[in-house]
Amino acid sequence: MEPSYDVVIVGAGHSGAQAAIALRQNAFDGTIGIIGDEPDLPYERPPLSKDYLAGDKAFDRLLIRPEGFWKERGIALELGTRIVAVDPNAHAVATDNGHTIGYDKLIWATGGAPRRLSCAGTDLAGVHTVRTRADVDQMKLEVGKVDRVAVIGGGYIGLETAAVLSQLGKKVVLLEAMDRVLARVAGETVSRFYEDAHRARGVDVRLGVAVDCLVGEDQVTGVRLSDGTILPAKLVVVGIGIVPAVRPLLDAGARGGNGVEVDGLCQTSLSDILAVGDCALHANRFADGDWVRLESVQNASDQATVAAKTIAGLKAEYNAVPWFWSNQFDLKLQTVGLSTGYDAAMVRGDPRSRSFSVVYLKRGRVIALDCVNSTRDYVQGRRLVLGRLTPDAQRLADPAVPLKELEG
Amino acid sequence: MPKLNVITREGRYLAIDAPSGHSVMETLRDGGVDEVLALCGGCCSCATCHVHLDPQWMERVGPPGPDEDELLETSDHRAPNSRLSCQIRFDARLDGLTVTVAPES
Repeated sequence: MEPSYDVVIVGAGHSGAQAAIALRQNAFDGTIGIIGDEPDLPYERPPLSKDYLAGDKAFDRLLIRPEGFWKERGIALELGTRIVAVDPNAHAVATDNGHTIGYDKLIWATGGAPRRLSCAGTDLAGVHTVRTRADVDQMKLEVGKVDRVAVIGGGYIGLETAAVLSQLGKKVVLLEAMDRVLARVAGETVSRFYEDAHRARGVDVRLGVAVDCLVGEDQVTGVRLSDGTILPAKLVVVGIGIVPAVRPLLDAGARGGNGVEVDGLCQTSLSDILAVGDCALHANRFADGDWVRLESVQNASDQATVAAKTIAGLKAEYNAVPWFWSNQFDLKLQTVGLSTGYDAAMVRGDPRSRSFSVVYLKRGRVIALDCVNSTRDYVQGRRLVLGRLTPDAQRLADPAVPLKELEG
Repeated sequence: MPKLNVITREGRYLAIDAPSGHSVMETLRDGGVDEVLALCGGCCSCATCHVHLDPQWMERVGPPGPDEDELLETSDHRAPNSRLSCQIRFDARLDGLTVTVAPES
């Protein structure tokens, strides 16, 4: 007989793990199986581009729960197994090794796969992405043997990786196709600040450049730009976003495209199938109800908790405020809200002091803050975002006025 | 091994083995205290590992740092004995420390 669980969770990352934990916390006593395509127990991904790459934290300290926990809670882990198809009528999923697993409820928590460059040379040895432990372990094996590194992509992953590698003494060139780093997620003040911070630490930040191809025989030796320049590098890190891993669900008829659509209870358009985390396309209250996918631990964890409650029969709609963090060098960036679509940005404090924040407004309402080494603004600004408040602009721009005084 | 005493949200009392050098948050997580989310993994960027110290341990453990102090303000359950457990490094001096997991915000 084929194995089956009352709840099958596909994906053993932050959201998959939290879904299982939250089911048990909500007194769900059915059987639970987590199917993960990596060989490892559920672990935290954010340190991969930070402390883990730097060698400051051993892998066992990244585990979301110790090994014994899963057994104690009666949560089965089937690791190293990829789900390749979903049959919503039969309530079963098919694995890459030809088995099927039955479910009553399915939680899709697969996250995404790193987007690949579409140019020649991406299969060369020495070309890396930063998504899994295996990715970073392989990079760590090679990094000691190289002097020059090219990082392609100036988003969080690229910048964090560039920061660690330059601190490890590498000559790092960072290549960004847009005219500023963090262009998708932050305003220009924050972008320019991080470009300067990286340059001050010796990172060669190049903006508005297009990669033509990666060059080398078997091993990568450099990156060729569209203007013909070849930048030598025996290690290339590609950090250009992820593609949500939703093919099997879409093939099964789930609504979606860039991710799989879910409602406020994290239910997909297919009955008994829920989706959470990086792969879940949802109407977010903090994006004016626009459909978004959020790639963050906050979203992964909070949606997983909602999905668990949905299955446990408790109706708790997802409406958590988004928050993010990024650590680079001695700079701690904390973000609350979603700045997409802002029409004004107020800078509080002087970026040259290395402690400042940017408040993003849309039609006078606070929609997000980026706070650099400024936890106070992050904490107090959170309430402005939650309430979508409309503080006085002049006082907002005065760093001497605490944000909590602007709540009235 | 030194012990950490924990009172969970449901009022359960646990005594957990606490390795020196690990944070109290890691010890809670590894000890199976599910309700400690510790979403940021211990880098002092959230407040999901909030605990209340047994008052008699406050002096030995010490006060929160500046960022931690700010983050604690996000909790509805901030008290004079509040700490983020990821910011307390456990060592033999803290053998027998008692913490209560703060209610969910």
